[in-house]
Amino acid sequence: MKHPWRPIALAVALLGVVGCGADRPDAAGGTPAPATTSTTTAAPLTMASSTSRAPGAATTSGPTAPSAPKRIVSLSPTATESLFAIGAGPLVVAVDDQSNFPAEAPRTELSGFRPNVEAIAAKNPDLVVIADDSAKLAEALGKLKIPVLVQLPAKTIDDVYAQIGELGTRTGRRSQADALTARMKADLAAAVAAAPKPSKPLRYYHELDDTYYTVTSTTFAGQLYRLFGLTSIADAADDGSGFPQLSAEAILTADPDVIFLADTKCCKQSARTVAARPGWSTLKAVKANAVVELDDDLASRWGPRIVEFARAVAAGLPRS
Amino acid sequence: MAVAVGPLGIGTRAPVAGSRIAPWLACGVAALAGAVVIGILTGPAGLPLGGSLVEVADHVLPVDLDSGLTAAQATILWEIRVPRVLLGAAVGWLLAGAGAAYQGVFRNPLADPFTLGSAAGAGLGATLAIVYGPATGSWPLDPLPVASFAGALLAVAVSYMLGTGVDRSRSATSIVLAGIAVAAFFTALQTYVQQRDTDTVQRVYTWLLGRMSTATWDDVRLVMPYLIVCSGGLLALRRMLDVLRVGELEAAALGLHVARVRLAAVALATLGTAAAVSVTGLIGFVGIIVPHTVRLVAGASYRRVLPLSMLCGGAFLVLADVLARTLASPAEIPIGVVTAFFGAPFFLLVLRSRRRA
Repeated sequence: MKHPWRPIALAVALLGVVGCGADRPDAAGGTPAPATTSTTTAAPLTMASSTSRAPGAATTSGPTAPSAPKRIVSLSPTATESLFAIGAGPLVVAVDDQSNFPAEAPRTELSGFRPNVEAIAAKNPDLVVIADDSAKLAEALGKLKIPVLVQLPAKTIDDVYAQIGELGTRTGRRSQADALTARMKADLAAAVAAAPKPSKPLRYYHELDDTYYTVTSTTFAGQLYRLFGLTSIADAADDGSGFPQLSAEAILTADPDVIFLADTKCCKQSARTVAARPGWSTLKAVKANAVVELDDDLASRWGPRIVEFARAVAAGLPRS
Repeated sequence: MAVAVGPLGIGTRAPVAGSRIAPWLACGVAALAGAVVIGILTGPAGLPLGGSLVEVADHVLPVDLDSGLTAAQATILWEIRVPRVLLGAAVGWLLAGAGAAYQGVFRNPLADPFTLGSAAGAGLGATLAIVYGPATGSWPLDPLPVASFAGALLAVAVSYMLGTGVDRSRSATSIVLAGIAVAAFFTALQTYVQQRDTDTVQRVYTWLLGRMSTATWDDVRLVMPYLIVCSGGLLALRRMLDVLRVGELEAAALGLHVARVRLAAVALATLGTAAAVSVTGLIGFVGIIVPHTVRLVAGASYRRVLPLSMLCGGAFLVLADVLARTLASPAEIPIGVVTAFFGAPFFLLVLRSRRRA
């Protein structure tokens, strides 16, 4: 070989790689992608898509559905949960790859983020429910005479009830939907009534991912927290989106009373990993064991299981 | 600490070729030291200035000082702010130094740490680790940085071999072209894998966008050995890079082994890039703008461009991060937005004033 030390140089470099990994206990950052990505902010996906959109009231497009649908495709994990909760599950022929609840939902490769019109049409649906129409799916399916129901992420708790009611109306299960929402309201009220009443208002930090994206009190999750008298430490940082990224300094300075982790699945965070972060062991919430591990899905969907979310919040509140 | 580890080690030890380099180096060291002090004194927590300096001195100097900061304030300063400032300095240092080296090696003003596919390779490696990697909680070492390093090095190795293989003359242009093709290919693979698995897409995005906001001492400790190796190696090559400036044939005629110099510089710069990228994600712009600004102001000799790019790159990124942390306080602004928003106009200003002069 003309340059015998070329492979040696590479080997040395690769050895350096292994050595480096050993130094570093936690996940790293880095990147490829064109330079433009560095100039765009990505708020965490699930909730961020809600922020810039019109109020959560549902809208229908496409030809008006003449009769109750028999073949529903749901590309919204929230709508999937609602459909099954009101007994419309048997009508659902396909759900998107994120609809992991309930277990019997017919999960497919279909995607709500990058919908493929042909693949959806191939399911021969007579109703498609989506939570985001940035891909102009309603228009495309409308050309195929497939009705589309857009149920944007809820802005308020009333939006949740309205969307469930609308699904009930569309599927001929209005009475079941009304019964469900009545039960949810009662359960939610009971969860709030049973929750500990702190002597002074508590402040929380709700973690969306491990780079400290969070929610303000004006978001949907923030409103649920408000039911319990909690306010977000991020309210001063509201950038209009409702989902600002806080600096670690700001979180430590704010010293929240309770920390809710909505990144236990996406980012594998736990009370243990939070306590192990540099400086975080000094926080009130960490010292008082008030770091609540939430299910990412529960904390980011706006369907029937908001009651479970609320119960998890209540269960995590410090009893003083 | 930053001042001690960072600039002084190289600034004072580098053999001064020509009497006019020393003042430039002094300016660079002063800029970096000033930036680090500003970085340590500013932040959303609003700590008392004097107390902060005393607290840092308490940690750095072998004396016991009472800063008057509360325990919480001291934690914020020493565990959050200082490592972030030092990491910014190290990453800016590495990216700008690597950019200067790439531009010298390939005699291409657009070469930077990302042109040769190293960033795309790092992204693919990390994405593969996130999507297909095993649960890593119990592993003694995290496969993510390892995978991103491996990806970066693989991409550059492929670029280099393709670029030199197709063209007997080993021209710099063919390597950059190969790098662009390899970067596109790796980016396509990365996007495909990322889109295949929506469960992990958020983690991938988080990684791609960088993690300056979560800097820790572990990150600083991870980067430092690479900073020392890469800086030392590249600075040792500075005279050869100067010879290379006259042209490949001419350099070869002068007795320089062009391919070896190029390989060594590329390997060192890639290692530095990969180290920087694996802790903070993609921070574009630094590797191009800082070396060019240095060239416009201080001249094109690599004996100046390399060390000054490192010093000024560190200072630039520390100051950019100060703005990222404080402008929207207590919220963060992505560092890439700040570097481009303030760096681009500044660079154009320098460009214009030099053209006129």
